[in-house]
Amino acid sequence: MKKSTMFGLLMLVVRRDLILAMRRRADVLTTLIFFVMVVSLFPLGVGPEMAMLRKMAPGVLWVAALLSSMLSLGRLFSADYLDGTLEQMMLAPQSLSMLVLGKMAAHWVVSGLPLVLMAPILGLQFDMTGEALVVLIIGLLLGTPILSMVGAIGAALTLGLRGGGVLLSLLVLPLCIPVLIFATGAVDAVTSGLNITAHLSLLGAFFVMALVFTPWVTAQALRISME
Amino acid sequence: MAINWFKYAAPATFYGLAGKLIPWLAVTSAILFAIGLYIGFAVAPVDAQQGEFYRIIFIHVPASILSMFLYMIMAGYAALGLIFNTRLSAMMASAIAPTGALFAFISLWTGALWGKPMWGVWWLWDARMTSELILLFLYLGFIALHASIDDPRRADRASALLAIVGSVNVPIIYFSVKWWNTLHQGSTIKFTGSSMHIAMQQAMFTMMAACWLYAMAVVFARVRTIILERERNTTWIGELSEVKQ
Repeated sequence: MKKSTMFGLLMLVVRRDLILAMRRRADVLTTLIFFVMVVSLFPLGVGPEMAMLRKMAPGVLWVAALLSSMLSLGRLFSADYLDGTLEQMMLAPQSLSMLVLGKMAAHWVVSGLPLVLMAPILGLQFDMTGEALVVLIIGLLLGTPILSMVGAIGAALTLGLRGGGVLLSLLVLPLCIPVLIFATGAVDAVTSGLNITAHLSLLGAFFVMALVFTPWVTAQALRISME
Repeated sequence: MAINWFKYAAPATFYGLAGKLIPWLAVTSAILFAIGLYIGFAVAPVDAQQGEFYRIIFIHVPASILSMFLYMIMAGYAALGLIFNTRLSAMMASAIAPTGALFAFISLWTGALWGKPMWGVWWLWDARMTSELILLFLYLGFIALHASIDDPRRADRASALLAIVGSVNVPIIYFSVKWWNTLHQGSTIKFTGSSMHIAMQQAMFTMMAACWLYAMAVVFARVRTIILERERNTTWIGELSEVKQ
């Protein structure tokens, strides 16, 4: 057997998960449709007044992104858990944290990236300015990977539990509050003509912190859930 | 003679110790509650700015402080249980959670009751109120995760990991909410205790001690039932007088 490097392993897991996701495109699409639908429901709920919608837009988009990422998190480990692949992965001599990081990355490409790409169109529905849209996209690009990474801890802890989906949201959503605050704060800052670097730097710091700690914590959580 | 530091780390010995301590803790707590409430309601003077309404702080402040301390203590026990695999630590962590959640709830409730006459609204998105609410969510998440896993060993370890992740997140959440709040609106009324009357201080500290003792008594009582439930198949439980009859 060819000895795979850490990076090679990472790429292998990412590719495998992406291929699996492409074989079941409906799952990816439902998350995206859910996102679009939730965002579109808000104007119907609060009224079509443009000034208010423009103010609400970043918050609405972000809350919808949080909710739709919760939907797809349940699938992060469950298929591999049910058919025994996860057990094999844990027996593998390579680092489990690295495997987990690969799964997180694939999860983000499948469920986070489509939201980021869809967000500008939805932002236009809310009459956001071009400047605000750019900041929103940067915020989403930095923030949605954190949701996948922090969410993976919750997904690993609730693996194979009844009612796992609701429980997962209960565990993960409070932990994601800082991301929500600073990502929407950046858009608010740019629309009121303030400096956005503080918000984006903090988001970047969260991203780096999550990147360092969450794969390891998730690996520990998987070990707890699988023993 | 070497002291056995870990004597009371065993459920069997701690069960007896906790049983002996509970009446003392409970009685002292009740007495201190009575004294604290008497000083708070009868002795402490009326506040110059807030009138009689301020008296709610005698329960509000101890409840808030305890809700935060109990989370850290819970996370500490959870970490001990995870690292050293001690049974009692995990039991303590799950025994503390409901009391911590109760104090967080009392803190929010009394805060709202105080806010209505003072600020004119039941709820403000003040940094401290918001982070207290999130703390309550974290407690509820811990309890929910523990309750939904049937295997007690896995439940202990999974919720321990969640408590540790939560305790790392608590300061981040606190500062996020604080900065978020200052960005959105000017700072709200701050209650500074620098010029507190001596009787107010006495009432506050007495109530604080009473709440601590109450929390300890309740947690010990709860951990005793958890020990009984978990260790029901051991011989020492079978030999207990309260189990035999």
